[in-house]
Amino acid sequence: MRIALFITCLADTLYPSVGRATVAVLERLGHEVVFPAEQTCCGQMHINTGYQRDALPVVRHHVEVFEPYDVVVAPSGSCVGSVRHQHARVARRAGDEALALRAEAIAARTYELSELLVDVLGVEDVGATYAHRVTYHPTCHSLRMLRVADKPLRLLQQVRGLDLVELPEADSCCGFGGTFALKNADTSTAMLTDKVRHVLSTAAEVCTAGDSSCLMHIGGGLSRLRTGTRTVHLAEILASTGGTR
Amino acid sequence: MTTFLGMPVVHAPPGVGALQGDEAFPAAARRALADSQLRRNIGRATSTIRAKRAAVVDEVPDWEQLREAGRTLKAQTMARLPELLEQLEEQVQARGGVVHWARDAQEANEIVTRLVRATGADEVVKVKSMATQEIGLNEALEAAGIAAWETDLAELIVQLGHDRPSHILVPAIHRNRQEILEIFRREMPGLGTDLPDGLTADPRELAMTARRHLRRTFLRARVAVSGANFAVAETGTLSVVESEGNGRMCLTLPETLITVMGIEKLVPTWTDLEVFLQLLPRSSTGERMNPYTSMWTGVTTGDGPQEFHLVLLDNGRTAVLADEVGREALHCIRCSACLNVCPVYERTGGHAYGSVYPGPIGAVLSPLLTGVTGDGVNDTLPYASSLCGACYDVCPVKIDIPSILVELRAQHVEARAASHLVPGPEALAMTAAAAAMTKASRWRLLQRMSRLGRLLGRPRGSADRRITALPPPLSSWTASRDLPVPPPATFREQWLRERS
Repeated sequence: MRIALFITCLADTLYPSVGRATVAVLERLGHEVVFPAEQTCCGQMHINTGYQRDALPVVRHHVEVFEPYDVVVAPSGSCVGSVRHQHARVARRAGDEALALRAEAIAARTYELSELLVDVLGVEDVGATYAHRVTYHPTCHSLRMLRVADKPLRLLQQVRGLDLVELPEADSCCGFGGTFALKNADTSTAMLTDKVRHVLSTAAEVCTAGDSSCLMHIGGGLSRLRTGTRTVHLAEILASTGGTR
Repeated sequence: MTTFLGMPVVHAPPGVGALQGDEAFPAAARRALADSQLRRNIGRATSTIRAKRAAVVDEVPDWEQLREAGRTLKAQTMARLPELLEQLEEQVQARGGVVHWARDAQEANEIVTRLVRATGADEVVKVKSMATQEIGLNEALEAAGIAAWETDLAELIVQLGHDRPSHILVPAIHRNRQEILEIFRREMPGLGTDLPDGLTADPRELAMTARRHLRRTFLRARVAVSGANFAVAETGTLSVVESEGNGRMCLTLPETLITVMGIEKLVPTWTDLEVFLQLLPRSSTGERMNPYTSMWTGVTTGDGPQEFHLVLLDNGRTAVLADEVGREALHCIRCSACLNVCPVYERTGGHAYGSVYPGPIGAVLSPLLTGVTGDGVNDTLPYASSLCGACYDVCPVKIDIPSILVELRAQHVEARAASHLVPGPEALAMTAAAAAMTKASRWRLLQRMSRLGRLLGRPRGSADRRITALPPPLSSWTASRDLPVPPPATFREQWLRERS
């Protein structure tokens, strides 16, 4: 299958290894991955911070870039959630019904990585080896906007050597929420503290999730407190074939 | 996103009632977060109610269909609100009740005050009611020399504590039993209730003390004031659901009953109640059925109140109805399930929201009722959410709260842009970012600039460098969180180098 990678602005800029891992998993499974070089960002930050008028051309740009592709994948539940649940709304709010329809068509063929693997490609064992104690945080948008349910866990369960530990109160938010983390930094930090507490209670070496943004937040807390626990994106675990990291 | 409904959009008036605090959410939240007793009280209480709700919802096989039915019934009611309200008025009047229309909090308070005065009474007993809290009725009555006694146990605790409610269903959720004992000890003797020696903070002892305190008031009062959970347009029937029986006392013992009801509390037919009486108790108290469901239709000679007044309250509701996205907030049946699952509410409590409607529903309903102005205190409420979506999942009438929050943020940004000649730094940054995001060449330039962040990594020369301090506004991130150092090359740079 020919799959277009929507890298997301955050992974592109700060976490290129997540993009490389996504490509590695899909190519190992025999698929062709293309990278539409004109892509930038889904505009979620603008939309969720109230700048819908500024977001409109960003949404249009995304639609134009990805329109030629049959299947689009992103290593982020949140960005796919924005494409699927927000793009058409932003267009309609601005009175652009034609753009809304085009956005809906792309939304229908845009998948978060675990959805693509399990639902579209029908794979749970991606041939990965990762010998670490890992706990999984189901990010809010993958859980409640995309309903990925246990797909990431099913993928993790097939990884050789991986010791999967359940995260207490897993489905509560880590407190990131985009600009919420800045505008309501104290409340966000209080939420992060509880998430970090639960992650540490598992004694896992690694906290994983399907979103670089939530991992940046949880990882930012784990790092600040010098916990020794690190965050690794789901794609990187699925791409791993051993080694120490 | 407003629709012209043929009448002016009138929001709830400022300075009357309790829909807006005087402090922006982030500042109020910061203070609440520092209160360790509050954190513990609310954390314990919400996790208990969450578990109870989950258990009784899971046992209903058609819960999702019930939610969909609730949503549909409410949407249909809102679409026909004017005619249904007139039908309700006709039915109530035909059965001996009197209907009053109140444009806002001020008018509603004046109507109730006038009605109480006409009876000659100088006190009323009250059933727990959000509408009367919203309009600040107790304070208005007090100013007119009329004492209003709250009879719900939690409302009584709040009233005796000279406090404000912090939860829709459990207004004293921020208090633990020891604090309640202290409030009773301090306040009850002055109101003529002697406390037994050795009264402890045992819940049963406290409840029995409140019961003794209230019983005298019930038997004495000639006028009661209530809200309403539902009103049936078809029959003119009003309904209050409750747990303690204090409502039943107020609704049956006094000679005069005055009910203040928001105009959105309507259901078209009697059978529609079937859906909501299943959804509400399971979502709110986590019970299969609430202990007391009172229903009354007009007046009945020789049985119950002989005079019944229904005050229909707008106070910004028609303005909400005109908002295409926000109008869904009027579907709310005040169960408070969204408060109990909200990670923000769980940590800040209800007072931080400033309004009697806290939590996720309050973060949309309060600014919708008072209006988004661009600089108002309530304009900060739609940002009091990480958009985690837990509220939407538990809402018994499927209100898409996250989408309304996002819409209100847009309305706030647009109201600010319209009222400020010079855009603020955030608006400038957003516009610049959007410009970069519409062309990959500009985007690559912005990415290269962000790579300057590599210089900020500490400790220098270490393989495990991280960014621990940034200037404002990013300092509010680094106050409690590290950031990774940007990599030497972005993904697209690596891809273009290796693959083309």
